[in-house]
Amino acid sequence: MSTLHTVNKSPYERGSLASAIAHALPGDAILLIEDAVVGARASARKTAELLKSAGSACSLYVLGPDLAARGIPATDVVEGLTVVDYAGFVDLATGHDKTQAWL
Amino acid sequence: MSDTKRFLYVNRKAPHGTVYALESLEVVLIGAAFEQDVSLAFLDDGVFQLVKKQVTTGIGVKNFAPVYRALGDYEVKKLFVERESLEERGLTEDDLMEITHENDDEEDVNSVEIVDRARMAEIMAAQDVVLSF
Repeated sequence: MSTLHTVNKSPYERGSLASAIAHALPGDAILLIEDAVVGARASARKTAELLKSAGSACSLYVLGPDLAARGIPATDVVEGLTVVDYAGFVDLATGHDKTQAWL
Repeated sequence: MSDTKRFLYVNRKAPHGTVYALESLEVVLIGAAFEQDVSLAFLDDGVFQLVKKQVTTGIGVKNFAPVYRALGDYEVKKLFVERESLEERGLTEDDLMEITHENDDEEDVNSVEIVDRARMAEIMAAQDVVLSF
């Protein structure tokens, strides 16, 4: 029973990402979408530390179109984050037993 | 019933400032009609939803807090509250309202279980459907 966790709030404004990471289990995936992608910049140390705490047990993703909309180059994201497009989002959703949104 | 699914309603927002808490409660009550295996989770600011003695007359909104205590009548018997979320907010179990349901012997038993974060993660993982508020 693996879960895709989606996070759509900025880590600078809300604790959603921290909470998602604290409740994700090995084999789960975490996908940053909407405003959550502002934490994905390689220079964003706060997110880098948070994502590092998720360990290698979870796979970490960020939605490319949301990066682009906010002027964040897909080549300039926190190490360990994989950029996906909408089709990749669908693959993640279908590749896990369920999706849990961290609003 | 073989097609029963495990539904978890995840509550992470304080009540009254936004409509999330009330909307969640309404969906829980509607969902109760479908006879699924329902659990409610309260974590992060969601733990404030269960604090007793909420008085909303001064802010002009409906106080839906008493409805939580009626959940047992709708066969909603499992409310999990995260211990770390309580502690981070200076709350203890004593600050929460008493929510009970009748067991098979018609005795009132506690519906609220305080769980630690690791147990909460397991509870979430064990669900078929997670609805977030």
